[in-house]
Amino acid sequence: MATLEIHDLHVSVEADNGSREILRGVDLTVKQGETHAIMGPNGSGKSTLAYSLAGHPKYTITGGTVTLDGEDVLEMSVDERARAGVFLAMQYPVEVPGVSVSNFLRTSATAIRGEAPKLRTWVKEVKESMERLHMDPSFAERNVNEGFSGGEKKRHEILQLELLKPKIAILDETDSGLDVDALRIVSEGVNRVRETGEVGTLLITHYTRILRYIKPDFVHVFANGRIAESGGAELADKLEEEGYEAYVTKGGVTA
Amino acid sequence: MADNTPAGSTTDGAIQVGGPRQPIDARVSAPASYDVADFPVPHGREEEWRFTPLERLRGLHDGSAAEKADGAGVKVEVTAPEGVTVETVGRDDSRLGKAGKPVDRVAAQAFSSFEKATVVSIPKDTRLTEPVRVAVHGEGGVSFAHALVEIGAFSEAVVVIDHTGDATLAANIEYVLGDGAKLTVVSVQDWADTAVHAAQQTALVGRDASFKSVIVTFGGDLVRLHPRVVYGGPGGEAELFGLYFTDNGQHQEHRLFVDHDTPHCRSNVVFKGALQGKDAHAVWIGDVLIRAAAEGTDTYELNRNLVLTDGARVDSVPNLEIETGEIVGAGHASATGRFDDEQLFYLMARGIPADEARRLVVRGFFAELVQQIGIPDVEERLIDKIEAELKASVA
Repeated sequence: MATLEIHDLHVSVEADNGSREILRGVDLTVKQGETHAIMGPNGSGKSTLAYSLAGHPKYTITGGTVTLDGEDVLEMSVDERARAGVFLAMQYPVEVPGVSVSNFLRTSATAIRGEAPKLRTWVKEVKESMERLHMDPSFAERNVNEGFSGGEKKRHEILQLELLKPKIAILDETDSGLDVDALRIVSEGVNRVRETGEVGTLLITHYTRILRYIKPDFVHVFANGRIAESGGAELADKLEEEGYEAYVTKGGVTA
Repeated sequence: MADNTPAGSTTDGAIQVGGPRQPIDARVSAPASYDVADFPVPHGREEEWRFTPLERLRGLHDGSAAEKADGAGVKVEVTAPEGVTVETVGRDDSRLGKAGKPVDRVAAQAFSSFEKATVVSIPKDTRLTEPVRVAVHGEGGVSFAHALVEIGAFSEAVVVIDHTGDATLAANIEYVLGDGAKLTVVSVQDWADTAVHAAQQTALVGRDASFKSVIVTFGGDLVRLHPRVVYGGPGGEAELFGLYFTDNGQHQEHRLFVDHDTPHCRSNVVFKGALQGKDAHAVWIGDVLIRAAAEGTDTYELNRNLVLTDGARVDSVPNLEIETGEIVGAGHASATGRFDDEQLFYLMARGIPADEARRLVVRGFFAELVQQIGIPDVEERLIDKIEAELKASVA
């Protein structure tokens, strides 16, 4: 069973006035089949955690360890992490002009699976996934994220999640900017992947509304660059009622 | 020199409509002429020379190269299907120079200094099923060359010109199209990294004739080409496609001019370039002039650049001048984008290794243009060449 273990993770970014520590000792274990919601106010370091796990060059790891089934994730390049089974659904997916969605998906699936998927079954696989996400077939011929609406970008991220079948899926504010219908469609997509029981999910969100569709096993409140409190789904209800006030004062969130 | 145009930005451009103006032809430092003596030696600040590193022209611009020319610098071999006449003629051949005069000092130097010219003639009402292949191979040294491709009325042909090896070459190539003729010319600059190549390629497009030019520049230390189109009668059509891949230290300059002086002609220009490495410099000048007489003109020109690494530089200057309102359409666009770290991260986060990510983006960038060429074996070769360029540079 795949396990992602984050231990005492410290991460900094380079700013104009020198380096600034954003993550200050994160401890978290995510097992295959589990869903962890990470919630917290803006600036608490949620997205930094997501991007650090994926290996974005902007972030410098200054301490701690991250392992996937015992393998050192922090030693791996960005593409190696993806091939090892870490997937990041991005909050702001990047436009890649000149590269069609279908070409991108196939290249990516080939890299992740280690061999080119058989064309016939692949076409069917993509088509069915797209239908489930209510995506028009013409989507496949458009350039990656170019001119996509907010909802289309998020569906495209979840389409990749379905096709690439990672061990650990990090969903960074996948709910942001979605209307109710799109949120439902995207959540159903995530749930289909979760129901396979083969993915550990790290659901990063500012709001509780996505948790109405995706039921977490664990909820962690992120504040001041670390996990300030952990609990079950009921912790989300408490946050819904009381907001992040308590953590902001307690944790001393920096603006 | 290391300033990249930021992602998505549009570079300089101008559309002038009527009014007081300085026509494209008047911006050059001397009127077109066959005689090199009619052009002052450029000092580098002239409009037509300001982007070109003169010190790397090896004297093609100041007369010093002409003293060193020995006529043995390049070898020209023509392979033509049956029915095509291939001749080597002297300077006095009356067919030479009809498509147009040289427009700058280097082209005039070439016209003043060449000894033998190659003439390829395709008779009228002939449809070639195989391309005419012209291999221009540089063997070091300085050369001045002249070539003429003439195609008779209602004939159809493809000419592929391949430049390889090392040379310091200044040349003029003329394409003269009879009425209703269709000529496609693919000019591949696949030089060694030491070559210097300056050439004017002028097409005289006859009534209802179609000219398609595909210019592919990969090699050379300095390549500076002037593709030019003039129309001999109404109904002519010109498509100018260009593709360049500018590496470390290379200077690749394409300065095209479409002279719409005849009614009801069309032109379509698409040039795309990728750049990578330190001091890679691409220049694209797109001059289109619609003269008062050219009613019913339809023209569009586009230049796109993709900067793959830091340290490369693009100058892209579309320039459209319109002297009559009685046209079908006229437009231009230029944009330079960067393959940036965020795109790279996104693709890598999907398991795609960095070099393959770069390949994916570059292939995508050129694909649309390559597909428009319409000659399968040329298309295939270009794709292979792009792959090879990418491999060489990533490695």
